[in-house]
Amino acid sequence: MKKSISFVLNGEPVRAEIEPHLTLLHLLRDELELTGTKEGCGMGECGACTVLLDGRPVNSCILPAMEVDGKNVTTIEGLIDAQGNLHPIQKAFIEHGAIQCGFCTPGMVLSAKALLDENPKPTEEEIRNAIAGNLCRCTGYLQIVQAIKAASNQ
Amino acid sequence: MKKFDYLKPRTIDEALSLLNQYGKRAKLVAGGTDVMVMIKQKRISPDVLISLSGITGLDQIQYDGALRIGPMVTHRQIEKSQVIRKEFSALADAVDVLGSIQIRNVATIAGNICNAAPSADTATPLLVLGAQVKIKGLKGERTVSIESFFKGPGETVLEEGELVTELIIPKPLPFTGSAYWKHQRRLALDLPILGVSVLLSLDRNRISCPDILCATSPISTVLHAMEQEGLVCKEVRIGLGVAAPTPMRAIKAEGLLRGKRISDELLQEVAETASNEAQPRDTIRAEAWYRREMIRVLVRRMAMRSIERVIRPEETVFPTRAW
Repeated sequence: MKKSISFVLNGEPVRAEIEPHLTLLHLLRDELELTGTKEGCGMGECGACTVLLDGRPVNSCILPAMEVDGKNVTTIEGLIDAQGNLHPIQKAFIEHGAIQCGFCTPGMVLSAKALLDENPKPTEEEIRNAIAGNLCRCTGYLQIVQAIKAASNQ
Repeated sequence: MKKFDYLKPRTIDEALSLLNQYGKRAKLVAGGTDVMVMIKQKRISPDVLISLSGITGLDQIQYDGALRIGPMVTHRQIEKSQVIRKEFSALADAVDVLGSIQIRNVATIAGNICNAAPSADTATPLLVLGAQVKIKGLKGERTVSIESFFKGPGETVLEEGELVTELIIPKPLPFTGSAYWKHQRRLALDLPILGVSVLLSLDRNRISCPDILCATSPISTVLHAMEQEGLVCKEVRIGLGVAAPTPMRAIKAEGLLRGKRISDELLQEVAETASNEAQPRDTIRAEAWYRREMIRVLVRRMAMRSIERVIRPEETVFPTRAW
């Protein structure tokens, strides 16, 4: 039996009738067709599916969609502004070559956003700690760390 | 993925009556980071998940002499609690290295112990801090020590229809320090080869030359220098994870140190005894002999770190070196 949930998705109120066993990732990609959020391991290890729940990064692949009822969800699609400009973190990722295959990028950017929202001038160690739950198999992380540092105007 | 219904009761009593109504067909979830993975891996297949997230007031950390942790308190909340970092340091050490921020934002400490993995990071800190687990069922409430809570890998004393309502950690004795070391191959997102926690209560927090603890000399040299001080161990607890079917205390080792003057020789004997008390297995992450060797090494280092946290509390509240 379907259940009804309401939440705020990228600033817009959403009401959805869902099967109660759905994960948030499934709801986002397959029901709401927001495919920016990626599925990597599907087991909460790789962070490709990271979204922000009330501003905090979570793995959407193991989060029951029923848990977002009444909450605020931000996906990578929510980072562009009203004029369609990329977020400064996204621009910094492009400028610093912090993207290769791009699969980890949405999650990586959102982890970085959560960090900078809370701590606008992080140290390199704090940056590395903040993205420890996001695996990238291409870049070796150096460019990603540099991009996040640049996005914080350091 | 297998279909299940998802219920969000509004009160503990409602959760208990739902647990009772659905019995074995239901699984309780707090953060769900273990439960959802187990469902995806087809290790469990509940018809109903009963979530505690709809019940208000369960995500509180209170410190009123004793530390009280609600069942929906996440590891991230614990990580950010200054009181826990200062007074219950071993627990802060554990949540710093548990999973990733994404996991810590959702996963709860009560869920971590109910899942009862022998490798659970928070288990041995709770053992050495002397935590009590408050349990509620339809028949009533009971409180058990964390030591008697674990029964085996994945098994606890929780009976069908019961849930954990609070973790209570008593205020430590004066001049107490504690530390947890997760022995792992990666800096993040790994399961421990070993988890070692030590809590030490000393007879005072001043020694004539606290800077000796900043030396980069071998531990034995530092301990020899400290022997002159005559520091006495008033209380000690040693917790070992992935060293037996359940997280365990090294009771014999503790007995050697309690009430004694701290010396290099004695700490070596204590660590050796703890290593002998453990019952490690050969597993994919390490062989038993290696685990025994490392228990010997890490018990002594975590004892040193506990001492350091008593004598130089300001400098050592963040994980830096392991001695």
